[in-house]
Amino acid sequence: MIGFTTLLYKEVLRFWKVGFQTVAAPVITALLYLLIFSHVLETHVKVYETVSYTAFLVPGLVMMSMLQNAFANSSSSLIQSKVTGSIIFVLLPPISYQAFYLAYVLAAVVRGISVGVGVLLATLWFAPLQFVAPLWIIVFALLGGAIMGSLGVIGGIWADKFDQLAAFQNFLIMPLTFLSGVFYSIHSLPPFWQQVSHFNPIFYMIDGFRHGFFGVSDVSPWHSLVVVSVCFVLLTTLTLVLLKRGYKLRA
Amino acid sequence: MTPAISIRQVTKRFGSVQALAGIDLNVQQGEFFGLLGPNGAGKTTLISALAGLVRLDSGHIEILGCDVVADYRNARRQVGVVPQELVFDPFFSVRETLNIQCGYFGIRQSRGRDAWIDEVLENLDLTAKAKANMRSLSGGMKRRVLVAQALVHRPPVIVLDEPTAGVDVELRQTLWQFIRRLNRDGHTIVLTTHYLEEAESLCTRIAMLKAGRVVALDTTANLLQRFSAHALRLRLSQDARLPPALAQRAEIKEGVCSIPFERFDQIEPLLAELRSCGCHLDELEIGKPDLEDVFVRVMRGQQGSALS
Ligand SMILES: Nc1ncnc2c1ncn2[C@@H]1O[C@H](COP(=O)(O)OP(=O)(O)O)[C@@H](O)[C@H]1O
Ligand SMILES: [Mg+2]
Repeated sequence: MIGFTTLLYKEVLRFWKVGFQTVAAPVITALLYLLIFSHVLETHVKVYETVSYTAFLVPGLVMMSMLQNAFANSSSSLIQSKVTGSIIFVLLPPISYQAFYLAYVLAAVVRGISVGVGVLLATLWFAPLQFVAPLWIIVFALLGGAIMGSLGVIGGIWADKFDQLAAFQNFLIMPLTFLSGVFYSIHSLPPFWQQVSHFNPIFYMIDGFRHGFFGVSDVSPWHSLVVVSVCFVLLTTLTLVLLKRGYKLRA
Repeated sequence: MTPAISIRQVTKRFGSVQALAGIDLNVQQGEFFGLLGPNGAGKTTLISALAGLVRLDSGHIEILGCDVVADYRNARRQVGVVPQELVFDPFFSVRETLNIQCGYFGIRQSRGRDAWIDEVLENLDLTAKAKANMRSLSGGMKRRVLVAQALVHRPPVIVLDEPTAGVDVELRQTLWQFIRRLNRDGHTIVLTTHYLEEAESLCTRIAMLKAGRVVALDTTANLLQRFSAHALRLRLSQDARLPPALAQRAEIKEGVCSIPFERFDQIEPLLAELRSCGCHLDELEIGKPDLEDVFVRVMRGQQGSALS
């Protein structure tokens, strides 16, 4: 237990010590998206009757930032310690692979939520927000962060070099997060792309998360919860199997 | 008594390289054990396997009776490994690094834990650097922290993989003093090094590895006796020739003839033989047996009965 809490503490401390880069910078990025998109689209796009475009955009940006930073946390921590060799400090101790998984994923969730809360606070001035069903907000934030934290663990142990991880990020994570309805409702897409979006799990994370704020969404939050939970279980299982085998960690 | 380390029928292959080709070895509790061999012999692979960093193709390793795979958590609690590579976590100070390492091993923050960390720091001359960030330390200092990290959980078995490679004399002395003390206090020590005089003076028993096999295994004293002897080392005058009877026994390297002998009272007849054939000498000294000699012979493949 102490092994687990220490690893979690160390993983949180690791990003917190460089908080400007790991928390403040993504908040500023999200703010820039908000300023630009809301300026350009506010008067042209109306997704739901009761919600202004800027207000619609905020939860999407919050979730997108959370997801990207949760992924970045576990993946960059692992690849850095693999490249420098300091990974052995967590491989030599008697830490079980389950505790290892939990510590990296929870730290990723903590980083994601820190950034998410930062984005939320920074955008409060721009649009009046509602919190119709806060439980949905919390559930999707936790599950989304955990899924991306798991993916980060997988990416971090799979990649041998920084550029392989960058490829993972640029060709998988970024397209999935951008093409998930952050900036628009998928109902505004042509039917073909609507269908495609339904295969993107991140679409459900954002849609369910947004439902918690406005009480309206593209699909039912229960539907989203099922999809997201299934993803979570599958990814967790995969990550645990890899960690148990010591895939790419123990030669 | 349970062996500190028990290695049975261990093999490991990396692609086309057979890094470990069937190793059997026991290290008893309280031993100061040397693991020697040329680069690529498999020393680091063997250490990594017992630390759980490398998965074996076949065979078993136990640390104080705990299998490193089946019972990995207990096995890892019993062993502290100083890795060969100079690695560090740049985010933390020396003390943070050690506190975190303690936590990984499940040791709660307490006065006893702090006192032990202080003691380790003191013994490795690190006290003044306790608050320094790891990044700011010199190579030698980083090496000391690696040693300290391996010791924070007071492991009964301590494994050091080339801890003195590229390290200054001062650290070597500090380090060996401390490690000797830990050995006297009952810790089992396993050491790899390329400094053979270091191994000779520290280790009570030695295994020599070559291409993933143990090619010699015995007490240091026996190895020295078996493969190296006292020798009369002569540098002959310009035109001098050894008498044929002696020339047969001598080994000539770089103009120095070494004539081995077993007892010191054999020297006198040797010298008499030289005198009687009018052989003039420029230099004469008595060479002691040394591990380098043993190492060279064993590696050349004259192992004979090197395994006992
Ligand atoms: N992770 C690895 N991948 C591929 N080959 C390896 C790996 N680790 C060691 N080897 C190879 O195994 C052999 C033994 O290496 P090692 O155990 O490091 O030797 P030593 O420590 O005795 O110098 C070498 O030929 C080395 O190249
Ligand atoms: Mg080595």
